Amino acid sequence: MDALFAQLFAGLSLGSVLLLAALGLALTFGQMGVINMAHGEFMMAGAYTAFVVQSVVGDAGLSLFVSLPAGFLVGGALGVLLEATLLRRMYHRPLDTLLVTWGVALILQQLARDIFGAPNVEVRAPGWLSGNVDLGLLQVSSARLFIIVLSVAAVVGLGVLLKTSPLGRRIRGTVQSRDLAETVGVSTRATDRMTFFIGSGLAGVAGVALTLLGSTGPTLGTNYIVDAFLVVVAGGIGQIKGCVIAAFGLGTLQAAFEYSTTASLAKVAVLVVVVVFLQARPQGIFSVKTRSLV
Amino acid sequence: MTPIVRRHGATLAGFAAVAVALFAVAPSVLSTFRLSLLGQFVCFAMVAVGIGLAWGRGGMLTLGQGVYFGLGAYVMAMHMKLDDAGPGGVPDFMQLYGNGEVPLWWEPFRSPVITLVAVAAIPAAVAFVLGWAIFRRGVRGAYFAILSQALAAAFAILLIGQQATTGGTNGLNGFRSFFGYDLFDPVNKRMLFFIASGALLLMLLAAWQLYRSRYGELLVAVRDQEQRVRFLGYDPALVKTVAYVIAAVMAGIGGALFVPIAGIVSPDDVGVVPSIGFLIGVAIGGRATLFGPALGALIVAWAETSLSESFPSMWTYFQGVLFVVVVAFLPRGFASVSALWRRRPTPATEPAPQRQEATV
Amino acid sequence: MSMTADYLELSDVRVEFDGFRAVDGVSLTVLQGDLRFLIGPNGAGKTTLVDAITGLARAAGSIRFGRTELLGRKAHRIARLGVGRTFQTASVFEDLSVLQNLDIAAGAERGPVTMLRARGRTPERIDETLETVGLTAHRDLKAGTLSHGQKQWLEIGMLLVRDARVLLLDEPVAGMSGEERTRTGELLRRVGADRTVVVVEHDMDFMRSFADSVTVLHAGSVLSEGSVAEVQSDPRVQEVYLGTAPTDAANDSDEAVA
Ligand SMILES: Nc1ncnc2c1ncn2[C@@H]1O[C@H](COP(=O)(O)OP(=O)(O)O)[C@@H](O)[C@H]1O
Ligand SMILES: [Mg+2]
Repeated sequence: MDALFAQLFAGLSLGSVLLLAALGLALTFGQMGVINMAHGEFMMAGAYTAFVVQSVVGDAGLSLFVSLPAGFLVGGALGVLLEATLLRRMYHRPLDTLLVTWGVALILQQLARDIFGAPNVEVRAPGWLSGNVDLGLLQVSSARLFIIVLSVAAVVGLGVLLKTSPLGRRIRGTVQSRDLAETVGVSTRATDRMTFFIGSGLAGVAGVALTLLGSTGPTLGTNYIVDAFLVVVAGGIGQIKGCVIAAFGLGTLQAAFEYSTTASLAKVAVLVVVVVFLQARPQGIFSVKTRSLV
Repeated sequence: MTPIVRRHGATLAGFAAVAVALFAVAPSVLSTFRLSLLGQFVCFAMVAVGIGLAWGRGGMLTLGQGVYFGLGAYVMAMHMKLDDAGPGGVPDFMQLYGNGEVPLWWEPFRSPVITLVAVAAIPAAVAFVLGWAIFRRGVRGAYFAILSQALAAAFAILLIGQQATTGGTNGLNGFRSFFGYDLFDPVNKRMLFFIASGALLLMLLAAWQLYRSRYGELLVAVRDQEQRVRFLGYDPALVKTVAYVIAAVMAGIGGALFVPIAGIVSPDDVGVVPSIGFLIGVAIGGRATLFGPALGALIVAWAETSLSESFPSMWTYFQGVLFVVVVAFLPRGFASVSALWRRRPTPATEPAPQRQEATV
Repeated sequence: MSMTADYLELSDVRVEFDGFRAVDGVSLTVLQGDLRFLIGPNGAGKTTLVDAITGLARAAGSIRFGRTELLGRKAHRIARLGVGRTFQTASVFEDLSVLQNLDIAAGAERGPVTMLRARGRTPERIDETLETVGLTAHRDLKAGTLSHGQKQWLEIGMLLVRDARVLLLDEPVAGMSGEERTRTGELLRRVGADRTVVVVEHDMDFMRSFADSVTVLHAGSVLSEGSVAEVQSDPRVQEVYLGTAPTDAANDSDEAVA
């Protein structure tokens, strides 16, 4: 019984990390069809932001709360820079954005290596996040619990933004029909840039959160990017709820497979599940219906 | 002149140039060590020819060719390990990390025949299952790219996790012979280089025939207008799967020949990073051209070796910049540079990368 | 001429998108040799109906070509049964030559060996088709360089070259000049004599000049059907075309009533 709950919690925890990593991706991929392989490096930048903030601020608790918005800004700024310099020219060939952003990812990794050194660095977690919390049924790591809460907050925040704000309306309109949005006077270019800011900012936040779980290195992002994309594919584009379900679904599956086999076999099994799932729903769990032939 | 020479003079000259460079020039000017190095690059070039077919002609951005390269390589490596261990013998690393027994799924690869078949057949089978499953349901292009990448990640993780049967992170290495030929003998090293070069040449010929054929035209049609092809009575999934499987077989053969030449295969050669790495050479050479992908792969591999010998961190920057500049600004690779040079601007309306004829 | 005349028979065809009925119980029969026009205001469901017949949109009801039920078959299987379509926006293979376009269209039944060989001489059928659609002079040009009208002809040619028995043409003359329209109309009359042809069209002049019979679609249902004269004098048709007034239909309606 305990083992079951522990397993369930492991799945939730993994799912929340995947969700944080995938949320921004789902946004940029959904709206612009851009496959941003540098998203993982934006996470890495967020993590190093936390490292830098902590070395300036000192106090672990305070630095966490400074790092979260700072990571958002750093990730967002990188995203806007990428969008404005490169991706803007490439919207008509989305597959190529994958390779270009991969190049950017390589450069960012090497920059991190040259600035912070190849060995991993540690960010201290505040005292109240380093122990366990007793939930009655089981003891859970308070850092992992914090990340679950953070991911839920990110989803709610993004959801409210998309549902209620004018920007959100423009984003949703552009996701559904870029041409139509343009004809009714939405500046899709400004919308794209804001979307990229928010999506990449979320990557920064995810990076800050990851410092609570382990050490930070130049390849931090590479470890998550593939799984994050898998979440986006399984979730279907254009809607947050698909992303949420897919993240927790794949997280739980991964944890369950790991429990019954090994971590490496679990990865393969999850991939097989996604491919089989796409047989039934080629567009993912949810998708915006469009008429396009492709 | 016969019609074929008249119509395809430039292409035939290209083949002649490749043959002379590989079979005459390289062996006479390069040391044994450098020749072996070039042999490894030639194996990468085989992967590139396949990518040119799948991606350049077929529009399938495959980010997992390392998997097929690795399948071919590990099959060959298992055979060589078993061969070195002798009949009934156990490869050295298994005695070190495992229980000293050869796992059942290794046993078939004692046979040279099965090994040679499996080098092509296993990649083909995996590519067929994945390709058919994805293309049949008309899954979007980006999804295919992501799934193929996930496959590469899973494959590498799987290899690393099985220390006792795949050598884990170390991979398989320390081979002494190749189908009975001593690998330390320079003559045999040279022979391996010639085998690899011959294989590359054959693959280029196969690619040429495919590009000229009706199938090649159909593949381009599927790339540009998949639905349209469907309404003409073809199954685009089949058309794409065929190209993807051929690309996988080429990668598998490249991997199989890489092992005796390089003397090692490890998860580092098959994961996400090397799999994308294969693409940059193809992009530089011109993804839809015949010779471009192979040429680009050779040049990139050569640049990587010489740059990272002298400035290790420079290479990563350089590779990153290459991806950005070539893909964003020169989507036809070399071909777009020469077009600029000849001042023949490409028509503004065309999405440049997809529209390219098969000549360098 | 085939022994028994072909026909296309739709009964109670419905297509739904997330609860919205884009096609709502359409029944109609089109006979071989009867040049049928399918008209209706924007959003009436004309394209969706063509999608349903060709296997692109999932539909309920029944769609039969002769005795063969088409519903539930995959798009490429339906195409192989001889049902061909064109698209509202011309969709030829721009990167391939006119000849290559036609050659691909002609070859869905080729075996693997033929496919893996280069094309030798131009098949006769392709030469004939080039002649029929008037593109002989352009056979080696890339299709992307053709004019809009020529692309539409090439699309029609791609159906003829594989001898499609049913032609479903989605707004083939949109964007064509007057002269091109006339040529297209004459082409359709010629090729329609021994085929089953449905033309989705907005242009009333064009319809009047070339239609044998007309079906008017409105909000996913058949509003009226008959000869050009019958349909034009139908008060419900006049009302629809005058009542709702998207720009296109408004222009058309003036003529329709006139
Ligand atoms: N894939 C789709 N998803 C949702 N609605 C669709 C889709 N395709 C068509 N529709 C809707 O169905 C209706 C009929 O469209 P259509 O067949 O294109 O009309 P027409 O061709 O007569 O102008 C329109 O209201 C259109 O918005
Ligand atoms: Mg329409």
